[in-house]
Amino acid sequence: MGLLKAVWRHPSGRIGAAIIFIFLVLAGLGVVGLTPHDPLKQFVVDRLKPPSATYWFGTDLLGRDNFSRLMLGISESFIVAFASVAVAASAGAVIGLFAAWWGHLWDGVLMRTMDVLLAFPAILLALLIVAIEGAGMVTSIVAIGIVYTPIFARVVRAPALALKAREFVEAARTFGSSQGYILTRHLLLNLVAPLTVQITLALAWALLTESGLSFLGLGTQPPAPSLGVMLAESKSMMTRAPWLMIFPGLTIMLAILGFNLLGDALRDILDPRTQGRAA
Amino acid sequence: MNYLTQRLLTFPLVLLGVSLLVFFAIRLVPGDAIIAMLGTEAGLLTEAQRASLAAYFGLDQPIVVQYGRWLAGLFEGNLGISVTYGKPVLEVILARFPLTLELSLLSMLISLAVGIPAGVFAATRVDRPSDLVVRLFAMLGQSTPSFVVGLVLIYFLSVTFRMLPAMGSFTPLFVDPIGNLSQMILPSITLGLSFAAAVTRISRSAMLDVLSDDYVRTARSKGASQRDVVWKHALPNALIPVVTLSGVEFGYLLGGAVIVEQIFALPGLGRLTLDAISQRDYPLVQGAVLFIALNFLVVNLLVDLAYAALDPRIRLGGK
Repeated sequence: MGLLKAVWRHPSGRIGAAIIFIFLVLAGLGVVGLTPHDPLKQFVVDRLKPPSATYWFGTDLLGRDNFSRLMLGISESFIVAFASVAVAASAGAVIGLFAAWWGHLWDGVLMRTMDVLLAFPAILLALLIVAIEGAGMVTSIVAIGIVYTPIFARVVRAPALALKAREFVEAARTFGSSQGYILTRHLLLNLVAPLTVQITLALAWALLTESGLSFLGLGTQPPAPSLGVMLAESKSMMTRAPWLMIFPGLTIMLAILGFNLLGDALRDILDPRTQGRAA
Repeated sequence: MNYLTQRLLTFPLVLLGVSLLVFFAIRLVPGDAIIAMLGTEAGLLTEAQRASLAAYFGLDQPIVVQYGRWLAGLFEGNLGISVTYGKPVLEVILARFPLTLELSLLSMLISLAVGIPAGVFAATRVDRPSDLVVRLFAMLGQSTPSFVVGLVLIYFLSVTFRMLPAMGSFTPLFVDPIGNLSQMILPSITLGLSFAAAVTRISRSAMLDVLSDDYVRTARSKGASQRDVVWKHALPNALIPVVTLSGVEFGYLLGGAVIVEQIFALPGLGRLTLDAISQRDYPLVQGAVLFIALNFLVVNLLVDLAYAALDPRIRLGGK
């Protein structure tokens, strides 16, 4: 719990944590259906209404409530972001650990494979995967997960190599601890700090990539409202109904900002070398 | 083995890996290549026609042989034939590439021109209000997706000036420089904003590091002016991480062009890739992805080599 306190004392950590908390609440309410209106219901008489007491963020071309759609959109985008980062972090951690532990040829093969994945700009690799698998929520999760796996593999491998050479790991080996025990207890547990920082920052990138894919029409498929889909739909009506662009745009920005702020704060707190340096 | 040799030796390996990934990824598409090429019309083929088509495209060979042929073709610049354009893939790509290259280079230029001075400015006023403002903007810039920036720019342009940027067609730089730049300026700002933010952050922190170095203190104690210390003594060293970042970022700019070209309806490589995906033109998807990845890898290699050539600590293999 010391970490939570430290985050709260860190100025940008507090803002980031507060933003994410609000978004998580909105996403949670969106998932269980506690939205002001039905996000998919079309109030035909109330098409393209500006923000009002009934429709807080206005309505879209089909008369759907923008705020309710936004709540559902946040949950769609967050589910993809969290799931894909979970994929990337676990796959990356396993690959990084094994590369460090086995060393030699395995290290070379695994890490060069990661280099190959890193040779593609994130959005392009995601596009390639979507081109093969067809657009949809699961594909987005897999695609974004694969895209960010190499980063986790790198984040884990270097400190794991250093830990491997430390006396306490040597000691555990002499005691006859199993490989699995050493890898999880001695290596992975000691890597929680860098992983936490990376996971938080990766959530920001995952949101960015997810909304980019959906914006291009290759992520979450309509009528499910993901943030990117909503923005893409707003483009043709931006002068008539700017609220359709402004609110989803601000939402994406704030969500990414929240994770970036929290990630920077965690880096400051968990990595003393960068104290006060992160801009 | 020093850094340079290692880097040069692994480069072909990574290239080979990239080609393997792109080749086999496309083979994972459900249905066979003939259906992928002809779509529903494939159903009209007789068994014999199908077999002769497969033989024509070499699809009756084992997959390893197919890969070998494809790879051999790559060395001759043969990326196959685009199904939608009926032209060689490389020709289609090269026709669209200048726009994307110009877009990426312009956004990089804008980012560096904004980011480096902003970073240096913030570093020399560390923790004062002006530093905090720069950091706030950098944080916001890094958190704003390019399509949000693009839409907002288009919105303000259309609402305040009642005009829209020229979309759909493209004016080449050498035909009409002014027309070209007026068309490219908004897309370049859109694409470059988050990179400008990244440059600001990294030049600020690099500058802070360098400003506390002994040699900078020496320069100060010799009586060099603040301006000389910052711009002549400290900046060159602070720029090293900025150069590295630029190399990495170039690839992201090429990739990010997909979204920006879509917003501004620019017929570049990104839009070509996107269209190829929706039209299931797999040879073109394959070629375009490979082309962008190759560019990214080559630029990164060049940056690394330049970087190593400038910094003996890296050249001789310390880190």
